[in-house]
Amino acid sequence: MASVAESGYIPASRRRRFSRRRVGQATAPYVLLLPAAAVIGLVLAYPLYLLVRMSFEKYGLFELIRHKGVWVGTANYASIFHDSEFWHVVLRTVAFTAACVSLTMILGTAIALLLLQVSRWVRIALTTGLVLVWSVPVIVAVNIWRWMVDYQFGVANWTLTKLHLGNFQHHDWFANPWTGFGVFTALIVWGAIPFVTITVYAGLAQVPNELLEAAAIDGAKPWSIFREVTFPLLKPIFVILTSLSIIWDFQVFQQIWVMLDSRPSSDYYTMAIYAFHQSFQISEYGLGAAIAVVMVFFMFVATLFYLRQMLRTGEVY
Amino acid sequence: MSRKRLRRVGWDAVGILVLVVMVFPVYWMISTAFKPGQKILSYTPQWFPTHPVLSNFRDAMHQQFFWDAVKNTLIVTSAVVVLSLVLAFLAALALSKFRFYGRKPFIVVILGVQMVPLAALIIPLYITMSRLGEVDKLSGVIVMYLTFALPFAVWTLRGFLLGVPKELEESAMVDGATRFGAFVRILLPLLGPGLVATSLFAFILAWNEFIIAYVFLHTPQRQTLMVWLASFTTLRGTDWGPLMAGATLCALPVVIFFLLVQRRIAFGLTAGAVKG
Repeated sequence: MASVAESGYIPASRRRRFSRRRVGQATAPYVLLLPAAAVIGLVLAYPLYLLVRMSFEKYGLFELIRHKGVWVGTANYASIFHDSEFWHVVLRTVAFTAACVSLTMILGTAIALLLLQVSRWVRIALTTGLVLVWSVPVIVAVNIWRWMVDYQFGVANWTLTKLHLGNFQHHDWFANPWTGFGVFTALIVWGAIPFVTITVYAGLAQVPNELLEAAAIDGAKPWSIFREVTFPLLKPIFVILTSLSIIWDFQVFQQIWVMLDSRPSSDYYTMAIYAFHQSFQISEYGLGAAIAVVMVFFMFVATLFYLRQMLRTGEVY
Repeated sequence: MSRKRLRRVGWDAVGILVLVVMVFPVYWMISTAFKPGQKILSYTPQWFPTHPVLSNFRDAMHQQFFWDAVKNTLIVTSAVVVLSLVLAFLAALALSKFRFYGRKPFIVVILGVQMVPLAALIIPLYITMSRLGEVDKLSGVIVMYLTFALPFAVWTLRGFLLGVPKELEESAMVDGATRFGAFVRILLPLLGPGLVATSLFAFILAWNEFIIAYVFLHTPQRQTLMVWLASFTTLRGTDWGPLMAGATLCALPVVIFFLLVQRRIAFGLTAGAVKG
């Protein structure tokens, strides 16, 4: 009898202790997550919901003061999809993003590979220089480039003229949107290269030397070593860097806004500037919200890869 | 042997060329900042300031609201760094050390919010913040920056926490360390580079951010340095000397910070601290 009671008692207590620990284990992560989740909810989740709702509403100055929009269904979307300017803006933004991202990735990777070939002192100098460039704030960079391409005293016009690449005296780069966007591409790629180079270089440093040597002994050419050995190993890094670059370059706003004195002509509208213009300058918040929703959608499609890669990498661990 | 050396000299030359091209804009800013006005406005650029002057810096610092902007930026930046570090660490701990219901959705949200374009969100954000009475206040800006710093911070710290093998912690505890002791002695040193990367990211984000500060802070006395610098441009567009001096001053703290932790960023971010 006693032994039965005893044997009945001990497992019960053990079970209770076990379950208390389990309750602690179960609530702890939620408590830890709460502060971050609360902030993200307030500043991202609710506004995101509001954005989608506003895109279905007429929301002008009057509604802004009244704190309440008027439901209009898909009228905002119909209006922007029938607007030829909207499609110009979309095309311009996509093309601009493609140019910036591909140039950034190609040049950034090339410089990372170059770092493996140079002497130690050049590598240290170049890395320091890249970190220096990386550290320059965007608004500062915009002002530097603005000064370099100044139509009157800019160093760019003088240099290009001296190199006999044409007569660039008093050349206004922003008179023509093509050369204007050329300047913006240069500015953005210049600023983005250091991050890509340093990340890729850090990845390259982790590629086992034996693998590369084995490939070289087998007679592989440098380019095929890169394609067959290095690239597959670094593929996660490339996927993540490319998607991040797409995210950043697709929403370019401040470079254009500040460079053109907060008054960019409609030739320079990217989606971000177009949405900003519609809402804050002509007070059509509903239309602006609809454009913003389309923009979010574009970026979502473009970066689905990123999410998948990150989750996959996360699951490997 | 000599052919190999020749090739290396060739690559070195290319490396130096890349360095010169990349660094030139920064050099040009600094050298312009030290040049007197008549040397700046010359049709033939002067490559080196032969008679450097400090008047441009004096002019920049005597610009209206410069010191207000410095103070505001310092407040915002330090608040964002500290808060994001604490919040992100707690969240990363939950995501890396526990398996729980809703873990994966939270990770998707953390990654997903990085894709939400700020320029798109600014419209409803403005309305939300104005309802809360947080427009034109530093506290509102701090909360917003915090949110945009969190995804990267959580993700980075989570990666570092996952990189620490369980056995390392367990063996410390087997050797008699408490859970807290194991945390301080084993986990924290290994997390060092992650914490540095996280604070660096938050610092840069808060220091450099322009759009939110531009839209939300109307009063000139409440503006941050970047807004000050951008309005400098519109007020005196062609006064390049003081503008470049002001730009140099705005970039200086970030540059110093970056160069100080350079080794860590370049080699610590993905280095295998736990490989051996």
